[in-house]
Amino acid sequence: MDLPEIRLPQIKKPLAKLPFPLRAPSTPLTVEPLPPVRKTGVDFDTDWARSGPARAARSVITDALVRPVIQILASPTVHGLDRLEGFDGPMIFAANHHSHIDTPLMISSIPEPWRSNLVVGGAADYFFNSRVKGSLAALSIAAFPIERTKVSRRSTDLAAELIDDGWSLLIYPEGGRSPDGWGQPFRGGATYLARRCSVPVVPVHIEGTGRILRKGRPLPSPANTAVTFGAPLTPDADERTTRFAERLGHEVAVLADEATTDWWSARKRAHAGTTPALVGPEAGAWRRIWALDQKASKRAKRAWPNLD
Amino acid sequence: MAKEPKRAPRPGLVLDVDRSTPPILFHHGEGFRLEKLPPGRSRVIYPAEALPGIADPDGAIRNALANPLGDSDPLHALLTPGMKLTIAFDDISLPLPPMARPDIRQRIIEAVLDLAAEAGVDDVHLIAALALHRRMTEAELRHAVGDRVYDAFAPQGYLYNHDAEDPDGMVILGQTPHGEDVQMNKRAAESDLIVYVNINLVSMDGGWKSTATGLSGYQALKHHHNPETMRKSKSFMDRHNSELHHSNWRQGKVLKDSGIKIFQVETTINTNAFGNDGPMSVLQKREWEWTGRDRASFMAMNAGLRAMTSRARRNVFQSWKAPYELTSVQAGEVDAVHDVTTENTLKQHLVPVEGQTDILTMGLPYICPYNVNSIMNPILVMCLGLGYFFNMYRGKPLVREGGVLIMSHPTPWEFHPVHHPSYIDFFEQVLSETKDPVEMSEKYEKQYAEDEWYRHLYRTSHAYHGVHPFYMWYWGSHALQHLGQVIIVGGDPRSVRRLGFRPASTLQDALEMASDVVGPQASITHYHNPPILMADVT
Repeated sequence: MDLPEIRLPQIKKPLAKLPFPLRAPSTPLTVEPLPPVRKTGVDFDTDWARSGPARAARSVITDALVRPVIQILASPTVHGLDRLEGFDGPMIFAANHHSHIDTPLMISSIPEPWRSNLVVGGAADYFFNSRVKGSLAALSIAAFPIERTKVSRRSTDLAAELIDDGWSLLIYPEGGRSPDGWGQPFRGGATYLARRCSVPVVPVHIEGTGRILRKGRPLPSPANTAVTFGAPLTPDADERTTRFAERLGHEVAVLADEATTDWWSARKRAHAGTTPALVGPEAGAWRRIWALDQKASKRAKRAWPNLD
Repeated sequence: MAKEPKRAPRPGLVLDVDRSTPPILFHHGEGFRLEKLPPGRSRVIYPAEALPGIADPDGAIRNALANPLGDSDPLHALLTPGMKLTIAFDDISLPLPPMARPDIRQRIIEAVLDLAAEAGVDDVHLIAALALHRRMTEAELRHAVGDRVYDAFAPQGYLYNHDAEDPDGMVILGQTPHGEDVQMNKRAAESDLIVYVNINLVSMDGGWKSTATGLSGYQALKHHHNPETMRKSKSFMDRHNSELHHSNWRQGKVLKDSGIKIFQVETTINTNAFGNDGPMSVLQKREWEWTGRDRASFMAMNAGLRAMTSRARRNVFQSWKAPYELTSVQAGEVDAVHDVTTENTLKQHLVPVEGQTDILTMGLPYICPYNVNSIMNPILVMCLGLGYFFNMYRGKPLVREGGVLIMSHPTPWEFHPVHHPSYIDFFEQVLSETKDPVEMSEKYEKQYAEDEWYRHLYRTSHAYHGVHPFYMWYWGSHALQHLGQVIIVGGDPRSVRRLGFRPASTLQDALEMASDVVGPQASITHYHNPPILMADVT
């Protein structure tokens, strides 16, 4: 039996009968229409999120929401803040990246005066692909769009202008969250900006956020985390950006070593050139995951003294 | 934070109207109309998009003063202690709408004064070169020259409006070979150096017209502000084909030969009259590119304007300050400077157009050079349409000889009693008797020009000179001679008829009426202005 055809009311037709300017104009036949103006992605406007009222709102959000939630979810331990003493002015915080928790954790951990003047480079294709998502990211974490799929002068110019205006920058040089728990090679964006704007880069290692909300997991589960700040780095006079990026990656690896063992052991391995790499072994997927399990904390456990 | 421009500015466009063309925006005084033009026989001329402004205007100004064009020393070399320096500047009639602070004149005058201070020049006067226009108010002068300059010079009486009727303040410097008197402000004529600060909004401005007209008086102006000269100026926006300019240049030569030293500073601005953002930005977009936001802001603006009284509407529009940007600045010898200025002005304004049409349509906006902070009375409507807009061409007019001009403006029977007193009498007395520029000039001009009351109001109040409404009518002489008929859409029928034109309620009615003169299926050009454009008609 044939079912009767159900006709839904069409909205477009009555609108088309309205006169201009109530309806959208048609384009004359002889005219080339303008290319559509993109307002998302790297073209997303975030200027408003750095205005006074937005900063005040963000400060309330950070203190009333972000920090308590991070405290419950991540119980962070912060090391190495003493290495930032004696510095002021804008800096670039470059961290490894495992999870969406990393940014709120960093915002909670970065000390003043940098925290209240912090902007975060967010993937233009992920955080700014819709007006709602982009606005939330811009307001809550002061994110601005960074093109990660191609080299974009627009992104770097904006980042450099922000640094020149006195903002500090949080950036993940790996270009995205770790797909398997191991780190990824550091790209040159952070070090390029450091050289261009003549500001130091602070290497930061984040440990444990992959256990809370790794890539692909829908909901977080609480775990302990550690954030270790390294000494701010500046490029040597004749050091190229890529070489500086490698050095930055190595410093984060040393901090990772320090977080999983102790400072002295990590320093000795660093000088001996035996610091474990962040990127893991070049092997098949299962072997990399297998190797990850071996990378447990080697920090010496406190034991009761033997009184015998 | 400055954003990268999305794309390079597009040149002007001649659009052939087809069935897909949306209704076209017509300015209509302190309001707007959207009019559907007949497809297949209409075209619309759109202005070029605003050229980018100079990033460092103050640096460009300093550079121009230090590297003059033509036979001139740098400004600092012309300044010496003990000299008499006069800085003259364009008045309230430029630019239109008035520009957002800081005005270009302020930037230039401050740069000139900096050099004068460094050179130890004490005797400095600043004069608003307004010829027979109304005197500028304190607020208007402050806007033009800035508070720093105003507070330093005005209280001592060293910053003031030019007074062309001051019997002790004007001098005759001689005559041109054509028998034209050359008259000038005495202080300027007796100065060791005149620095003239100009804003070139359209190609008519600047050159010798700055000093030979701006600092002059009726005795000299009557030689070129007359029907015969204006009819021979085809057009007065094209200097080389303008009798008005030929006469000014002849007077300029007399000025030069009499030993007067002029250091001319000329500037050009882009056409960013309504801004790239904000409620007015829609006015400089092409209709088929209006976004949802543009359409919403246009409808909201129209609804808001309709709810206002005419006085409130006028206040809203007159308070608009245009975010114009400086596109060039050049200084030095008058002719050399003006050649470059004209080139830069045309670079922004010229739109190539092929051939004339039977009908020319235009929407007249709320402002013309003579009603800044004032009322656009019917005589100014005529002057803006038949004087300024009709003459915005090079080559030949956009409409053929014997064609029809259709303008859109409310044309209220309303006059500003302080600014335009002689206009009221001109409208009542002269226009009720004749519309012929030659006849009115012979019969009435002298009487109005020498009327003691108008003279008193010009000198002591803020009134345009008694002869000024005649000049406004003469401005349209060429168009009056060229056109077969003029129709005003949406105008007060009484005022429109007094002007000698025909009133129409709608554009469709006007086109129907025009068919009596140019026949059915007449070709139509719509002049989409402002922002300003100048048609290069071949």
